[in-house]
Amino acid sequence: MTDLGPLPDAPDDAEGDDFVIEVEGLRSQFGDHVVHEDLNLNVRRGEVVAVVGGSGSGKSVLLNSIIGLKVPEGGTVKVFGQDVSRGRETGGLERRWGVLFQHGALFSNLTVRENIEAPMREHTKLSVKEMEELADLKIALVGLRPDAGALKPAELSGGMRKRAALARALALDPDLLFLDEPTAGLDPIGAGAFDELIRDLSDSLHLTVFMITHDLDSLYTITDRVAVIADKKVVAEAPVAELESSDHPWIQEYFLGPRGRAAAKATAQGSRA
Amino acid sequence: MAEAAAKREAPKREPRGWHEMTVRIGKGVVGTGYDAFDTLVFAGHLLIVLAKSVVNPMRIRWASVFSLAERAGLDAIPIVAVTSFFIGAVVGLLGANMLREFGAQVFAVELIGVAVLREFNILITAILLAGRSASSFAAEIGSMKMNQEVDAMKVMGVDPFEALVFPRFMALLVTIPLLTFVATLAGLCGGLAVTWSVLDIGPSFFFQRILEYVGPTHFWVGLSKAPIMAIVIAGIGCRQGMEVGGDVESLGRRVTAAVVHAIFAIIMIDAAFALLYMELDI
Repeated sequence: MTDLGPLPDAPDDAEGDDFVIEVEGLRSQFGDHVVHEDLNLNVRRGEVVAVVGGSGSGKSVLLNSIIGLKVPEGGTVKVFGQDVSRGRETGGLERRWGVLFQHGALFSNLTVRENIEAPMREHTKLSVKEMEELADLKIALVGLRPDAGALKPAELSGGMRKRAALARALALDPDLLFLDEPTAGLDPIGAGAFDELIRDLSDSLHLTVFMITHDLDSLYTITDRVAVIADKKVVAEAPVAELESSDHPWIQEYFLGPRGRAAAKATAQGSRA
Repeated sequence: MAEAAAKREAPKREPRGWHEMTVRIGKGVVGTGYDAFDTLVFAGHLLIVLAKSVVNPMRIRWASVFSLAERAGLDAIPIVAVTSFFIGAVVGLLGANMLREFGAQVFAVELIGVAVLREFNILITAILLAGRSASSFAAEIGSMKMNQEVDAMKVMGVDPFEALVFPRFMALLVTIPLLTFVATLAGLCGGLAVTWSVLDIGPSFFFQRILEYVGPTHFWVGLSKAPIMAIVIAGIGCRQGMEVGGDVESLGRRVTAAVVHAIFAIIMIDAAFALLYMELDI
C-alpha cells in the first residue's frame, strides 16, 4: 500500500475533484542533472501534507514548481485546478495561498506590521486603518506580542521572525499554506510550539497545508499524510504510522533510525497517537 | 576496488595549458552569448512594465520612486558638485598655463566652457552615480534576492520589475539630468575660480564670454546624454542585482560587476556620442 504508485488511497473517496494541488508527471532538471522524473503528488482540501526526502532530493524544487517560481521541464502542476506550470499567469491564485519561506523572507526594510500589510496593499482596497487593525489581529493570531508590530525583522529572534512570516502568509486569509522547513533553526521547545501553532491554525481556519520538513517531530504531531521523495519521484505517500512499516530502504532508515524511533516514542507517550 | 578506482580516473582529465585556455575562451564566448540573451529578456520585461505603467500610472510605486530619487539624486549633490568643481578648475588651470604661452589665455574660458558643458558635467555625474547608485541598486536587489524576499514578492503576485526595478529607472531618469545641471554650474564655478585668480578674468567677463562664444548648444549636447546614462546605470545595477544567486560571493561579484560594467558602458557611450555629434556637426 505504501509503496510506489501515485496516490494509493485515492479511489476510496468519491470527491476526486477536491484536490487543491495536483502534480502530474513532473520533470525538473538543471542542465543535465535531473531532479524529478515523472513525479506525481496530490493534496486534498483540508489536509496537512509533509514532504520529506534526503538533502538534494528536490523538495524545495518541488515547492518552487508548485508556487510558480520555477517552470518545470515537463508535466503539469495544478493549484486549485489552475495550471501554474506554464509560466506566470496565475490569475488571482496569489490571493488564495500563503507561503512561509525557510528564513521567513520578510521584507527587511519594512516593519513587521508593514510586512503583513504588504499583501493586503497589493490585493485589496482596504483603508490604512483597516489594514493596521487586520495586521494587529494576525500578529496576535500567530502569538507575537502586540509591540512586535513596530519592529524591523532584524530586531526579531529566529522564532519570532518565523511567526511574523507566518502572519504575513496568513494576511489574506488563504485556503492553502506552504511551509518551507517551518521548524528549521528553532530550538526544540520553539519548534514544538510552532508545530502546535500550525496545527491549531490549520484546524481552526480549515487550511490545507503543504510543508517541507526535516523534523520528525513535526511529522508525528501535525501531518495527516507524508510524501517521501527518493529516486526522483514520490516513492510513498501515506500517514506516518503506515510509513514506519514501509520496506523502502530510505524510509526505513529515516523512520527507524535512532531519531525516528525517539520521535515515534514521544508521540506514543503523548496524547496523540 | 582497483577496478573502481581506475574507472573513476578514466573519464576526464583536467584540461591543461593550451587546452585549458581554449576551454576558458570558449566558455567566455558562450557566457557572453547567454548574457546578451538575458539582457534582452531583462529589457523586454522592463518594456512591458513601462507599457503597463503608461497605460495606468497608478501602478507606478511613487513612494519608492521619490525615496529612491532622494537617495540617488538629492544626496549625491554634494559629491557631484565638489568633483565637478575641481574638474572645472583643473581644466582651467591646464588651459590657462598652456594658452598663456601663445598669449591666448582668454581662450581658457572657451576651453572650460566647452569641456564642462559638453563632456565633464554628464561624465562626472554618470561615473559618480555608477559608483554610488549602480552598486547600491545591485546590492539592495541582490540581498533581497538572497533573502528570498524577491521570491516572496513573486508568490504574493507582485512583479519585482514593477516594485524594484522600474522605480529605480524612474528615479535616475529624473535625477541624472538635474544632477548634470548642478555639475555644470559647479564645473563653471571651478573654472571661474581659476581664471579669476590666475588670469584675472572676473565673473562678468567670464560668463559673458561663455554666453557669446560657447553658447547653449554645448549644454544641450551634454544634457542629451543624461537619459541614456540614467538607463544604462539603472539597467546594469538592477540587472546585476537580479542575477545574484544564493551566496555572499555572488553578491560581491555582482556588485563589482555592476560598477565596472556601468563605468565601461558610460565611457563607451560617451565616445559614441562624441563621434555622432561630430558627424552631425553639432
